[in-house]
Amino acid sequence: MTAASSTGQGNGVRLGVVLLATPLLLWLLVLVILPHVDLLLVSLRERIAFRQYEFSFANYIAFFVEPLYWNTYVRTAVMSIMATVLTLIIGFPVSYYIAKIMRGRGKNVLFMMCLIPFWVSELVRTFGWMILLRESGVISSFLQWAGLVDGPVEMLYNDVTIMVGLVYTSMLFMVVPLVSVLDSLDDSLIEAGYDLGGNAFTVTRDIVIPHAMPGIASGCIVVFMLTLGNYLTPNLLGGKDSLWFTEQIYTQFITRFNWESGSAFGFLLLVLSSLIVWIGLKLSRQTLADTVR
Amino acid sequence: MADLKLDQIRKSYGAVDVLHGVDLDVKDGEFVVFVGPSGCGKSTLLRIIAGLEDITGGDLMIDGDIVNTKSPRDRGIAMVFQSYALYPHMSVYKNMAFGLKLAKTNKAELDERVRNAAKILQLDALLDRRPAELSGGQRQRVAIGRAIVRQPKVFLFDEPLSNLDAALRVQTRIEIAKLHQKLKSTIIYVTHDQIEAMTLADKIVVLNAGNVEQVGSPMELYHHPKTRFVAGFIGSPAMNFTRVTITAVEPGRVTVQTPGGKSAVLPFEVTTDHIGTEVELGIRPEHMGLDRAGELGVDGEVEVVEKLGDSVYLYVRLANGDRVTLRAPGHCRIKIGEAVSARADAAAAHLFDRNGQAFAKLDCPEEYSAME
Ligand SMILES: Nc1ncnc2c1ncn2[C@@H]1O[C@H](COP(=O)(O)OP(=O)(O)O)[C@@H](O)[C@H]1O
Ligand SMILES: [Mg+2]
Repeated sequence: MTAASSTGQGNGVRLGVVLLATPLLLWLLVLVILPHVDLLLVSLRERIAFRQYEFSFANYIAFFVEPLYWNTYVRTAVMSIMATVLTLIIGFPVSYYIAKIMRGRGKNVLFMMCLIPFWVSELVRTFGWMILLRESGVISSFLQWAGLVDGPVEMLYNDVTIMVGLVYTSMLFMVVPLVSVLDSLDDSLIEAGYDLGGNAFTVTRDIVIPHAMPGIASGCIVVFMLTLGNYLTPNLLGGKDSLWFTEQIYTQFITRFNWESGSAFGFLLLVLSSLIVWIGLKLSRQTLADTVR
Repeated sequence: MADLKLDQIRKSYGAVDVLHGVDLDVKDGEFVVFVGPSGCGKSTLLRIIAGLEDITGGDLMIDGDIVNTKSPRDRGIAMVFQSYALYPHMSVYKNMAFGLKLAKTNKAELDERVRNAAKILQLDALLDRRPAELSGGQRQRVAIGRAIVRQPKVFLFDEPLSNLDAALRVQTRIEIAKLHQKLKSTIIYVTHDQIEAMTLADKIVVLNAGNVEQVGSPMELYHHPKTRFVAGFIGSPAMNFTRVTITAVEPGRVTVQTPGGKSAVLPFEVTTDHIGTEVELGIRPEHMGLDRAGELGVDGEVEVVEKLGDSVYLYVRLANGDRVTLRAPGHCRIKIGEAVSARADAAAAHLFDRNGQAFAKLDCPEEYSAME
């Protein structure tokens, strides 16, 4: 292409791109970047008198000196990682089954079954779990009726229940990217693996997983972020003892009207999620660009 | 190196029968080609041999052992897939080494075998590339290399040339033939292209709708097709067919009435109960000629003329509506619409009954029966 035409066309194309991208850029600026900049600014000030603030790290220092805060912070991170790993471990075989073993109608039906729970709101879904699991709930009553236990059993308000709830809520977000990436894996690649002397384990390890890596990474990122930022599930299923970090943020903002401290917590959560995602990508040797392909 | 035996192999997908009892013997070092139209079950049969499909009925034996339920890894077989099935995340070297790595071959031997195969296939310079950075022909060679390094008893090829362009296809075909001479291993090769089958095979297996129509050497199938299907499938351009009526039968001789109303005596063994019935007469285009002598003659009008340089194909419509193809020399000046009459030897004829089975031909001069 000649220089003249390329610059002329280049300008036209560039203008078009800018125009097309404007709504997206505005959205990013107004709804994502501005609030976070504001969050950062608010978190870095301390109230010294009515409507009087000065710059300080007091909010961050408060976070580190109060064990409850950073314990909750670490606990939330660890639980979220566990929930992500569990979701992957359960979601991978399910996705493989849907993408590679089911054929025709059965495949769509199974895929829809993963989707159906998401037709009701998260709140309703979580209440469903509560109806099943609480002391006077369905499972407890059934166990008593069957004579397996003497008194009512409380299955809510413990970590296992929180974990089950989190995995359940996240499953779809793992299965969708995994099914789509496994669908794109040519069957003959798997067959060639067996033909070359592989067994189920080696074929999965050397062929299926490397191919599925972008899907695994994107599923894990989405599930991890959603879990980390989840408020409803840990609170309803875990009750007062859930110790979820979003709950701390909520308390600071809403109960205690301490926006400075709430902002600092919010910012710390952002740092946490970015850090863990970054480490995850490094460990799996993926780039963010791979995961959205 | 291995003998392979298929005994009444059947395959069904649910209620659909795909293979209806296939019998076959493959000897050590033989190049066997499965040929047939698309959907006749060639790939299914190959995949059964590879161990990628379950057998519905019958037995598969390698070196005398029944291997019906053995996994692919225990059969000593290597398959080259139609789509090549190379691993995009591995280099050419790693692709070729993959099978050996799974077999826990020691490093030095693995390296030697991979480099040897790479040399044979002229892939030495490409070992560090990813499959995405290779041309179609190179990918094909990597796929073959991946099979060679494992030194299998039997190589299986599923339409390996179908993704290549015409020139490369001929070249690769020759390379595969050379490879077979060099390795002297047993090869089973699937194709829908009868020219590939004719040029490569020691033994051709013609499949049609899940049945073996005929097994034989290329020349055997060309000169002595047992069914009308084989006669029409092998040879290019395809054999000409027309309906004739049997008027008289003597031992070793049959008199038929041709479309033009003339009678001809042909050297076939036909039973008397066929007198008065219609049968099908087949003659290959290359055995008919405008300036030939012969007991058989047809007259018709030229509909299409195809000039290929060295020869000209004439598509001729006979009086009874049947169409036949004639091959004339390249300098032939015949135009569309011209009336032509062609002749052929009675010994060049093939005769098929109503069920498409060939009648036994006696008296076969060398020209129409040359075998290797
Ligand atoms: N997995 C399958 N399920 C159902 N039918 C199949 C399956 N694979 C192949 N077939 C059917 O079996 C027949 C033979 O297929 P195939 O062996 O691939 O034919 P070819 O390789 O000769 O073209 C076809 O009619 C095809 O539709
Ligand atoms: Mg096929």
